[in-house]
Amino acid sequence: MFDRLSDGFNSAIKKLSGRGTISESNVREAMEDVRTALLEADVHYEVVEEFTENVVEQAKGQKVLESLKPGQQMIGIVNDELIRLMSQGDDSQPGIPRVSPGPTVIMMCGLQGSGKTTTCGKLAGYLKKRGRSVMLAAADLQRPAAIDQLETVVQTVNAEITTGPAARFYGEKDKAAEYGKAVGVAVKVCQNAASEARKAGVDTLILDTAGRLHINDELMTELRSVNKALSPHQILLVVDAMTGQDAVNSAKAFHEQLSIDGVILTKFDSDTRGGAALTVRKITGAPLKFIGTGEHVDKLEEFHADRIASRILGMGDVVSLVEKAQQEVNEEEAEEMAAKMAKGELTMDDFLKQLRTLRRMGPMKQLLGMLPGVGSMLKDVDIDDKQLDRVEGMVNSMTPEERKSVKKLDQSRRKRISTGSGTKVEDVSRLTKQFDMISKMSKQMSGVGVKGKVAAMRELQKSGGSLPGMEGMPMMPGGRGSTKSQSPKRGFKKRKGGKKRR
Amino acid sequence: MALLKSVFGKVKKGLERTRDTFASGLRSMLLGRKLDDELIRDLEKRLIQADIGVQTALRLIAGIKADYKAGKMTRGEQVLDYLKSELKALWPEEDRRIHFADTASTGLPTVILVAGVNGAGKTTSVAKIAKSLVDDGKSVLLAACDTYRAGAVRQLEIWSERLGVQIVKGQQGGDPAAAAFDACDAALARKVDVLLIDTAGRLQTQDPLMRQLTKIRDVVARKIEGAPHEVLLVLDATTGQNAVQQAKKFSEAIDVTGLFLAKLDGTAKGGVVIAVHEAVGVPVKFIGVGERPEDVEPFDPDQFIEAMFAE
Repeated sequence: MFDRLSDGFNSAIKKLSGRGTISESNVREAMEDVRTALLEADVHYEVVEEFTENVVEQAKGQKVLESLKPGQQMIGIVNDELIRLMSQGDDSQPGIPRVSPGPTVIMMCGLQGSGKTTTCGKLAGYLKKRGRSVMLAAADLQRPAAIDQLETVVQTVNAEITTGPAARFYGEKDKAAEYGKAVGVAVKVCQNAASEARKAGVDTLILDTAGRLHINDELMTELRSVNKALSPHQILLVVDAMTGQDAVNSAKAFHEQLSIDGVILTKFDSDTRGGAALTVRKITGAPLKFIGTGEHVDKLEEFHADRIASRILGMGDVVSLVEKAQQEVNEEEAEEMAAKMAKGELTMDDFLKQLRTLRRMGPMKQLLGMLPGVGSMLKDVDIDDKQLDRVEGMVNSMTPEERKSVKKLDQSRRKRISTGSGTKVEDVSRLTKQFDMISKMSKQMSGVGVKGKVAAMRELQKSGGSLPGMEGMPMMPGGRGSTKSQSPKRGFKKRKGGKKRR
Repeated sequence: MALLKSVFGKVKKGLERTRDTFASGLRSMLLGRKLDDELIRDLEKRLIQADIGVQTALRLIAGIKADYKAGKMTRGEQVLDYLKSELKALWPEEDRRIHFADTASTGLPTVILVAGVNGAGKTTSVAKIAKSLVDDGKSVLLAACDTYRAGAVRQLEIWSERLGVQIVKGQQGGDPAAAAFDACDAALARKVDVLLIDTAGRLQTQDPLMRQLTKIRDVVARKIEGAPHEVLLVLDATTGQNAVQQAKKFSEAIDVTGLFLAKLDGTAKGGVVIAVHEAVGVPVKFIGVGERPEDVEPFDPDQFIEAMFAE
């Protein structure tokens, strides 16, 4: 998408080259692609229209910077505008402000299934880590077993996050009722929780309210009563990051009724482009505070507009890729591996280990999609992770001796390996040849600077080498030395480099 | 079948808001109007706001534009007819009923596997399906295989008590495939008609969890011949274009046979099923139109679209 956008801008603006400024009609033409990108990312239609209008206003008359291609300059404007929209006016104090005298009361609200209860636990963990004592109160009396769930969540928070004071749980299980019958009771439970929290002297009280449709008057009234009775210091709206155009309706309704103080976007570990972030920000004007990035209780991150902006534009997410790598790659092992490569002592075992590490990070297509410029190319390409299974199979069919030195692999050994792994002899030959080339290359590369590395990679690509097992995948047009020619192998090395620098 | 009774009225009721905001708006916008560029732009806006997908919307609009330019389409009524027929064409005649096992002759139960992302509404949907099957005179066994999320097993257990159906529970934190294995044994031993398996919510990007789902499916397939007879993916109607990714990935993992479109009682237009259908070709089998167990209806594309456009 990034490449497509950039190319679109370049061609549209090239037409008036010589004038040195970006004209409105050219920008408009180029902005069609941005518009599609934003709509595909689930940003609301009206928000998209307004956004593109803003960008056109900003861009027209701007001088084309000589140092940049006009396309890149436009991407910059678009990206900056996205970031500005998602972060403007945010309070300088991220996280949850503390109120004195306590307790700080936080009310969580949102649609059913947006992830309120899970997020309550994550937020409690986040505060606990920062030394704050938290009480979680189960005000969801509608959904069967919601109270049990929150109680378990509190136990998990205390078991998994050991720093900070233990989180407490408040719930009245006898108040849980059949759907529709418990309306109003939630207010009482919340009041009881508040007095309990004051008695216990906790720092923060988090109210986990029932999920509800924003058009359910009865339940929205209940939320308003809780709001009135307790005047929470923070009302946080929990929004599923995969929400489509409807995000505008629910955000509007919750904001009108409760005046939202902040938004938490959940399920950002899905492959959603997350356009709802922009919609909700625009509608409520409330800061986007956190994003949920996994099921585990510590998977709550502070919101970074720049990262989400590139994701919405489909520009790839190198930062997430590096983070994923850091989760999986053990630093010592990486150092060891680098040393081995420098000496040209890389064995098939090491290779297998690397391959497995890489695969633990997720399916190949998803990983490659995080690289800038690769995402759009992968859209219609079917990458078969089974090819990598076959590579693993071949290595597994080698004896320990053979894995140490591929030179031992004569024709008869190759035949045995191919039989053992259910592949063809040619496959084994190709694997050994490529492995040989990579180990030579890595030895060379470890001694040279960045420039030399790029040259060496280009050399490798010209000779048709790539990560063994990845051949025949039409995703990596070689040559030209652009981002398009990055082989996955190189991407992996780059990540490892990032790790080392840390 | 109890499910098929009073369908039309209820679908219409469930889609009332959809009609209010999209269809009747669309009708009032189109009927009696002369077609022009502005109207076409407005139309595009409505279609995209219904989550039917940018590509689908652009394709439909391109068709209208072409006919408009060629002078073949001049009035709003023609546009309405065109949209109706195009959208209905997306849903060719397919079997949208539940595939039941031939329990009478083989003695083997029908197995329905239910999956979806976190918070889509799986457990509630399972309860709804169970209710409609019980109303239909079938004996049902629920299998609570969401051993991951806190309270999930208990949630389904409460439903089983309310609906008066049997349940087999997995151990919290235990292997869900083992729970499915036990559930199959129980279903065979108790000679129930239908085994309904609830699984843990998982995002389609979580590879190990998707493999776990495949394992559950494989275990079921080994235990009971021909099972699972239905693999339902629960989609949240408020979901945007990511629903397409969900449908793709879940289909890869467990060969989804149908969709359960949940939470259609909100303001969400549910148009995403059109994008999903274009991408994966899986039919919608049920729609969830409320929070009570009886708020479930079989999906009928004709009525779905008709209800969207009806006054």
